[in-house]
Amino acid sequence: MTHSASPMLTWIAIGLVAALAIAGEVLIAGAMQKLGDLDIIRERSGMAGAIRAVLSSPLFLTGAFCMALNFFAMLYTLSLVDFTLAMPGIASFTYVGNAVAAKIFLRENVDKRRWLAVGFVCVGVYLISK
Amino acid sequence: MKHRLAPQQYLILLTVMVTASFGDALLSHGMSQMGPVDLHHPAILLRALANLNIVVGIFLLIGFFASYMTALSWADLTFVMPATAFGNVMVALIGRFWLHEHLSLSRWLGILLLTCAVGFVANGPSRTEHGDEVELTRVDPGIAL
Repeated sequence: MTHSASPMLTWIAIGLVAALAIAGEVLIAGAMQKLGDLDIIRERSGMAGAIRAVLSSPLFLTGAFCMALNFFAMLYTLSLVDFTLAMPGIASFTYVGNAVAAKIFLRENVDKRRWLAVGFVCVGVYLISK
Repeated sequence: MKHRLAPQQYLILLTVMVTASFGDALLSHGMSQMGPVDLHHPAILLRALANLNIVVGIFLLIGFFASYMTALSWADLTFVMPATAFGNVMVALIGRFWLHEHLSLSRWLGILLLTCAVGFVANGPSRTEHGDEVELTRVDPGIAL
């Protein structure tokens, strides 16, 4: 099926989905970073303890809320925009945005190797979706 | 803090790849069967839950979310990200060798680039070492966000 949304609406929808994904993923990554290795928590407190630890993190809950909004925004976007444009567009914005946000907010060491990987992923996803 | 991954952790990353790509593909297929959704009637989205492709897609994405969170508990976000992108390669290869679809030159090039991206990141450390991590936790139980 080919969709015919205006270019402005198309890019607003793609940008919104990407922004929500970046916010959600960085918040969840921050929560997981703070909690520590879930495998170790599971060994110590069992599966229920691990789930309780995750669900009691405000950062995780905020991130999960953003991801839930991202999910419905993506459903809406896929009903407006062709998959072959929406998915690489969303993926590229999300990969670059995540790398920038991870460096700023999570203080990750995004070295040349990782920036190169982000660039390759953006171009690679575009080429595969063509 | 671990920098190299155990085989079990690579298995988690594999789960991230498989569930993300197949979940997204099923959702897309299901939504294209639904047709356009009017912003003024968002309740129509609830009808999507009656579509088998969308339901299976949602279950796969729940599996993705669980494995993704587990991966983020021992690896950096920028380390895990290429793993999710590599799922696109798996879908393309399944299309070529299982469904016998034609893969254009640009798709093979895309596969090569994504494989290189995963190779770059997988050869590096999985987690950034923060020297002041313990002190940060003691001073501020929140996070550097």
